[in-house]
Amino acid sequence: MTERPHLAVIGAGPAGLAATVAAAAHGVRVTLLDSAARAGGQFYRQPAAELNARRPQALHHQWRTWERLRDSLARHVDAGHATHLTDHHVWFVERRSDHFTVHALVGPAQEDPVEVRADAVLLATGGYEKVLPFPGWTLPGVLTVGGAQAMLKGSLAVSGRTAVVAGTGPLLLPVSTGLAAAGVDVVALVESADPKAFLRRTRAFAAQPGKVAEGAQYAAQLLRHRVKLLTRHTVVEAHGDKRLEAVTVAALHTDGRVRPGTERRLACDTLAVGHGMLPHTDLAETLGCRLEGLHVHVDDEQRTDVPGVWAAGETTGIGGADLALAEGHIAGRSVAARLTGAVPDPRGWATAAKSRTRLREFSAALDSVYVPPACWTDLITDDTVVCRCEEVTGGAIRKAVTGLGAGDVRTVKLLTRAGMGWCQGRMCGPAVAGLAGCELTPSRRPFARPVPLGVLARAGEAEDDEHR
Amino acid sequence: MVVGAGVVGAACALYVARAGLDVVIVDRGPVSGGTTGAGEGNLLVSDKEPGPELDLALLSARLWTQLAEELGEFIEYEAKGGLVVASTPGGLTALERFAGEQRAAGVVAEPVHAEALYELEPRLAPDLPGGVYYPQDRQVMPALAAAHLVRASGARLLTGRTVTAVLRKPDGTVQGVRTVPGDILAPTVINAAGTWGGELAALAGVTLPVLPRRGFVLVTEPLPRLIHHKVYAADYVADVASDSAALQTSPVVEGTAAGPVLIGASRERVGFDREFSLPVVRALAAGATRLFPFLADVRAMRSYLGFRPYLPDHLPAIGPDPRVPGLFHACGHEGAGIGLATGTGHLIAQLLGGKTPDLDLAPFRPDRFPDEEGE
Ligand SMILES: Cc1cc2nc3c(=O)[nH]c(=O)nc-3n(C[C@H](O)[C@H](O)[C@H](O)COP(=O)(O)OP(=O)(O)OC[C@H]3O[C@@H](n4cnc5c(N)ncnc54)[C@H](O)[C@@H]3O)c2cc1C
Ligand SMILES: Cc1cc2nc3c(=O)[nH]c(=O)nc-3n(C[C@H](O)[C@H](O)[C@H](O)COP(=O)(O)OP(=O)(O)OC[C@H]3O[C@@H](n4cnc5c(N)ncnc54)[C@H](O)[C@@H]3O)c2cc1C
Repeated sequence: MTERPHLAVIGAGPAGLAATVAAAAHGVRVTLLDSAARAGGQFYRQPAAELNARRPQALHHQWRTWERLRDSLARHVDAGHATHLTDHHVWFVERRSDHFTVHALVGPAQEDPVEVRADAVLLATGGYEKVLPFPGWTLPGVLTVGGAQAMLKGSLAVSGRTAVVAGTGPLLLPVSTGLAAAGVDVVALVESADPKAFLRRTRAFAAQPGKVAEGAQYAAQLLRHRVKLLTRHTVVEAHGDKRLEAVTVAALHTDGRVRPGTERRLACDTLAVGHGMLPHTDLAETLGCRLEGLHVHVDDEQRTDVPGVWAAGETTGIGGADLALAEGHIAGRSVAARLTGAVPDPRGWATAAKSRTRLREFSAALDSVYVPPACWTDLITDDTVVCRCEEVTGGAIRKAVTGLGAGDVRTVKLLTRAGMGWCQGRMCGPAVAGLAGCELTPSRRPFARPVPLGVLARAGEAEDDEHR
Repeated sequence: MVVGAGVVGAACALYVARAGLDVVIVDRGPVSGGTTGAGEGNLLVSDKEPGPELDLALLSARLWTQLAEELGEFIEYEAKGGLVVASTPGGLTALERFAGEQRAAGVVAEPVHAEALYELEPRLAPDLPGGVYYPQDRQVMPALAAAHLVRASGARLLTGRTVTAVLRKPDGTVQGVRTVPGDILAPTVINAAGTWGGELAALAGVTLPVLPRRGFVLVTEPLPRLIHHKVYAADYVADVASDSAALQTSPVVEGTAAGPVLIGASRERVGFDREFSLPVVRALAAGATRLFPFLADVRAMRSYLGFRPYLPDHLPAIGPDPRVPGLFHACGHEGAGIGLATGTGHLIAQLLGGKTPDLDLAPFRPDRFPDEEGE
């Protein structure tokens, strides 16, 4: 048997799994690395029982897709064509003259180095949640929608709670219905988007009958669980002494400002907030891949502009699990062709390419509809903590902008420390950009994960010695 | 008018305004958006050999001490002192000889024998032969320093405005600058454009061969105060004056008020290349863990890079440009621009106020390079 070319896939979500399976089926040896203990990414990682329980009947095709991916991965692993490295936190991907070295950390405290050499790399690192601050958002009981979903894993602990789900975006629906199905009393789903905006984009949505049906099913679920849907509304404040006791919500004008007099208080002990997702681009940025706005730029074959580096899934733009699957499949096929010296034949992945086109249009339409209220920075009072890691308030940031001449996220960070803490500005970046009145741009984070200096001091050294 | 809202432009604005002139600062980006926002804020005398740069550093140190009384808490000023350690007995002899020369030039440099080393820095690696302590070495947070110097100057700050031309009268004297939204008139233009000072000089039709020298800094997770001074290895000194383009790293390691330890900086001439370099950053980490073994288990959170503005003879350009009346230069401070900013601003203000400058400016003359491209 001739040695197969070697692909390293970073991220075992829908995109990384689809790519691994496609590449391994077409002559490539794949090493799949993920920081999580199990495959599945943001979407499939939920425990089986829960996924089954909380999803409306007709969404079970997603469950079947997951089973298919999981089983194929297992087969490729058994056949020796794929290796799945769980609990591997990739901190850096190094471009060498004729290969790549993926640097990861393992061990209970992520302190031991592992280096994987590969002929090509696929970045399928997904995205992370975007949350915009408002007064009271740091109270215990306020979670991200992803956090709320994670909470569902310990389902026993959640029933009996009273929750509000708020923000904007397509993720609020599944999380609301999921919470309701788990026995949480979901008082309201507070969505800042304007339902009329959907009507304006009817054509884009009508092209996605499946997706619309999915949405309709979620809507029906909301009704069944008596979840009140408040569109064109926003949470203006979360209240509580030691933990969350209530939120104040208000209606929005068409121009996005709060309509005075419409404020009302909803008692709750849990608030799940989310304002969409942002792509993880650290590894790509450091490799020198061109970014387009906030995501990694790729061509029709999901190649970045750095030779040997592919990207798929939410790192190339937020668009949901089905889009991640389509992109991952295409990337895997393209890698297989390119690494085995064949001419890639796009006809081989025509179905995936078609759904990729459709789903990208659909998510662009969603993006234009799901927008935070235009006034969201007004909601941030001077004493609202914006950067939680370094405890920097809205007032301090405003002072740096108006009094000291900071004009972008980087100088606000330098003058206030906002974004210098453990999360490296992933959480507060959008809010800081909003307060500074500038576009959010990807910040440079050479290390995708904090790395012990002792590891850094020796990283790649063994390879250099070999070359000497 | 000052072009450049980095620390040097800010110091010029402050001292010139205090000399009674009306000041406008123009920058294409925000305040501290250039190399100042990518620097480390060591105000060092310890790394400088006797000569014009050391004289400027000593003047600047005095001025920083004065400013600290007014602005210290805003700019995270710390008079923590520097500790230079030798790694070999031979290195210690060289270091002590060097310190002797510095003392003759007015630097306070106290020899530290082996045991005393560990009283100053208990976490240092074992068996080091000794070092020299420099109480005049200190620290500011550069971005804050620039921002607060600008604020204290009362100068008008125009950010987000790129200077695209230096306006001149028919007789050649400066009358202002052109920026994208409009012209700004002023009889004096101070070039404090740092690493881009050569480009600005070119807009005025003169040559000033400022080149970039890349540097990486490593930042760790926050720690309690375990490192008390600025600590670095003796080979640093040779590095600064060196003319070689090869990679040379000799990390300064220090704790900060906010907790993280800073390790830096590397020095390379690779143009404006922003690509992350593992070998360079690895060398920083290796150097730091050699000095302080406990750092091996401490995490690096991030790393950043910047481009120091350097001139072929490693001295800044400070003073009027005889080729263009009304144009002054205050740029090219390489790896010491934070430290040298106050002295630079003060000297420029003395010149504009018609006073005799405290230092002989001949070594800093902007027209000291031949008119062809420098290197
Ligand atoms: C609360 C919530 C509800 C959702 N509901 C739906 C829904 O109903 N329908 C729908 O279509 N979509 C939904 N989504 C979106 C869906 O989860 C994503 O579209 C999908 O998971 C994207 O797939 P991906 O493979 O690009 O990334 P992900 O699934 O995010 O996978 C990325 C993987 O990369 C790993 N990783 C990242 N960085 C590193 C690193 N440095 N080292 C090692 N591993 C790393 C992560 O651990 C993760 O496993 C939901 C998302 C959330 C957060
Ligand atoms: C990694 C690293 C570590 C360092 N550590 C130290 C240290 O510990 N101590 C120390 O003293 N020094 C240190 N330095 C050096 C120090 O940072 C610089 O010498 C200093 O910041 C230079 O300041 P400046 O004001 O001249 O330049 P800058 O801060 O670069 O300011 C120049 C400004 O001019 C603006 N500009 C340029 N062209 C135009 C134009 N055409 N129109 C309008 N505006 C323009 C730029 O936007 C910029 O804001 C370090 C440097 C690096 C890279």
